[in-house]
Amino acid sequence: MSVIAVLICISLAVALIFLAAFLWSVKNGQYSDTYTPSVRMLFDDEIKKEENINKEK
Amino acid sequence: MFIDNQMEVDCYHCGQACSNDVIKLENKNFCCLGCKTVYEILNQNQLCTYYSIESNPGIKPQEINKNKFNYLDDPKIIKELLSSEIDNIAMVNFYIPIIHCSSCIWLLENLFKVNAAILSSKVDFLKKEVTVQFKSDTITLKEVVTILSSLGYEPSINLSSVDKKNIVTNKETYYKLGIAGFCFGNIMLFSFPEYLSIDNQFYKNLFAYLNLLLSIPVLLYSARGYLTSAYKGLKYRFFNIDLPLSIGILALFFRSAYEVISGAGAGFFDSFSGLIFFLLIGKAFQERTYKMLNFDRDYRSYFPLSVVVVKNNKETSIPVSNIRIGDRLLIHNSELIPVDSILINGNGVIDYSFVTGESKLNKLASGSLIYAGGKHFGSIIEVEAIKEVSQSYLTQLWNNDNFNKKKEDKLISFTNFVSKYFTLAILIIGFLAFFLTLSNGLGYSVNVLTAVLIVACPCALALSIPFTFGNILRIMSNNKFYLKNITIIQELAKINHIIFDKTGTITSNNKSVIQYFGDKLNQYENKLVFSTASASTHPLSKLIVSNMSQTEYINPKNYMEYEGQGVISEIEDNYIKLGSSKFVSGIHNNDSGSKVFLSINDCSKGYFLIKPEYRTGLNMFICELKKDYSLSLLSGDNNSEKNFLSKIFPNESNLLFNQSPFDKLNYIQKLKAKGQKILMVGDGLNDAGALNNSDVGIAVSDDVHSFSPACDAIIDSNVLYRLSDFLKFSKTGLNIIYLSFFISFLYNIVGLFFAVQGLLVPLVAAILMPLSSISVIAFASLSVKYAAKRYNLE
Repeated sequence: MSVIAVLICISLAVALIFLAAFLWSVKNGQYSDTYTPSVRMLFDDEIKKEENINKEK
Repeated sequence: MFIDNQMEVDCYHCGQACSNDVIKLENKNFCCLGCKTVYEILNQNQLCTYYSIESNPGIKPQEINKNKFNYLDDPKIIKELLSSEIDNIAMVNFYIPIIHCSSCIWLLENLFKVNAAILSSKVDFLKKEVTVQFKSDTITLKEVVTILSSLGYEPSINLSSVDKKNIVTNKETYYKLGIAGFCFGNIMLFSFPEYLSIDNQFYKNLFAYLNLLLSIPVLLYSARGYLTSAYKGLKYRFFNIDLPLSIGILALFFRSAYEVISGAGAGFFDSFSGLIFFLLIGKAFQERTYKMLNFDRDYRSYFPLSVVVVKNNKETSIPVSNIRIGDRLLIHNSELIPVDSILINGNGVIDYSFVTGESKLNKLASGSLIYAGGKHFGSIIEVEAIKEVSQSYLTQLWNNDNFNKKKEDKLISFTNFVSKYFTLAILIIGFLAFFLTLSNGLGYSVNVLTAVLIVACPCALALSIPFTFGNILRIMSNNKFYLKNITIIQELAKINHIIFDKTGTITSNNKSVIQYFGDKLNQYENKLVFSTASASTHPLSKLIVSNMSQTEYINPKNYMEYEGQGVISEIEDNYIKLGSSKFVSGIHNNDSGSKVFLSINDCSKGYFLIKPEYRTGLNMFICELKKDYSLSLLSGDNNSEKNFLSKIFPNESNLLFNQSPFDKLNYIQKLKAKGQKILMVGDGLNDAGALNNSDVGIAVSDDVHSFSPACDAIIDSNVLYRLSDFLKFSKTGLNIIYLSFFISFLYNIVGLFFAVQGLLVPLVAAILMPLSSISVIAFASLSVKYAAKRYNLE
């Protein structure tokens, strides 16, 4: 049962890592604009399509 | 000869119908030279994907005055506009209101393909901003702006953006939320043994102290806002909702800390962190929603940034803030006069609608005083500044209390009212319970007291308002009805009298109002008509000008206006006549509908037919409104439309014509004195005073990006007919808030029931409090959604 103490520490440590990641992402400005990345994500397809079309030509 | 039925061809770039001259290139049709030019630019730079993302995404570019961006050469302005410049790499933020689709995002983020000196660009779609990074030694700021404008994406640069109020993106709330969430989750995990009554003393202590440790950052950092706000409220003897919240928070923390340290129990850290977590969610949601609807523009957003000044016969562009007394300024057609000045040279034709609300055009002779804010129409005039921008009449007008009216936030004062009595009630109940249970021992009584303080949570107040109103605000904006802030929703719910303006509000300003019948005019003839009409002060001419596509203005050599009949102008040896049928061709025409006849060089070309076009669905719209509201119409125009309007408006409503802005104000004051709650619907500019003095002022706009100073809400002209739905929706919103208060009240009763009996164990609290928070949030959000569906607003 004493292993639980170790497990608690590990779980806390992992959770802390995630907290740090969250705080970093806020600092990085990822929460200042939550809409545009969803649109931007779709553009790569267009470029790939163009490349494919160019390749086929 | 009537000419109509052109084969309907749409412009490949902007999608508008190519009416007159279709310009063809590579099998594609364009409506104008501008669209074709943008297409060529995009084609040359391999940016044609622009057209494949959305259909006809282009924006028809406006004629750009070549000197328009000269003020960007001024290093002072450059320094203020750039957000940073390091090692010759500059970053600048532009607000481009015309961004409207994903093609826009794509193109603006691919700007580097247009010019290699542009390193990168990033779009924030909701804020309609672009951040551009460029090499400042290779390309100037002016060139960047010119590139954007040539593609149709002209940035809106004005005084207020230069003044740059610091828009601190509020990351604090997210930090607090993150920490509260982290601690809440872990504390809940560590509280399980307590819920399951596991009896290992070592672990009980371990978890208890871990919870205590995790709660400390929540108290000191995440909850700090609430505590300081309550403290300030107390200091100034002002009850706000943060007071009962803080009492609960502190009671929770200290009771739990005491329990853990004295070994008496596990404490309520789970409820504590949960409470803070939910409150912060509400706050983050609120900030997010309100930020999207950034509305508050002041006079400075309307002013141009630069003006042409003449010194020693040399023309230079200077920023408006640099105008000094005595400077000679050149004002072009449809430019705004930035400072109080005296007319020196030229024919001044000034429209003061922005300032006084009258849309009359004033013709001024040399030597007359022109006030800042007037718009000049016609040939270039030279004026001498007699005041600087900041001291001008207009600025003082804007800073006048009339425009800065701060409406009392009724609901917030309602919540403060509730908080006051809530706090008092809770304290009374708590101490009552304390004294009544003293017989069972001091420890027990203290437990009861703190339990009462803990469980009584005015969460509904703190949570239902941001969620309900935030959602309402968002849904309304999705339906093109933009409110300034949440106070307006409450005011809208109380309205019982609606006043309409006529011109521009129930009539539309669309291009379809004017139709030209007659011989088709070629480009040169178009320029002649445009130049003639521009120089005229008659409202009909102004209407003609606004309905013609932008074309070159040629200064008339001679120009004569005959009051009530028409105008004759001589441009480059051509004689143009615009006016009544009798004036232009001698033929008497009895048709009283507004027709402006045109002849060029004594050859009758045709006529412009101008009829007031009422907005679609006006009849139904008024029918719906008259069921619940008293209606009035106040118009500055003559009463020629009275018959038509009396059939639409109910008999009891007042239809008043020839109203000056002062008359409109008076009428509103009279109604207010009778205790009526007034909603005024106008077009923003001409009814500024009236809009401001009514309880709610709505500006109807064909272009929601244009400036509407005095209004509380902007409604897109296409959705004006849904006004009654919006009003009903606000009423429902207010009811939802009251209902959620009631729900929270029920939870409080149940909780108090447990508390006064000393039965409040951590498990009960941990269930009850999050449950009440979540149910209030869920109720608020779902009810708003349901109400929106009911009114077809989703």
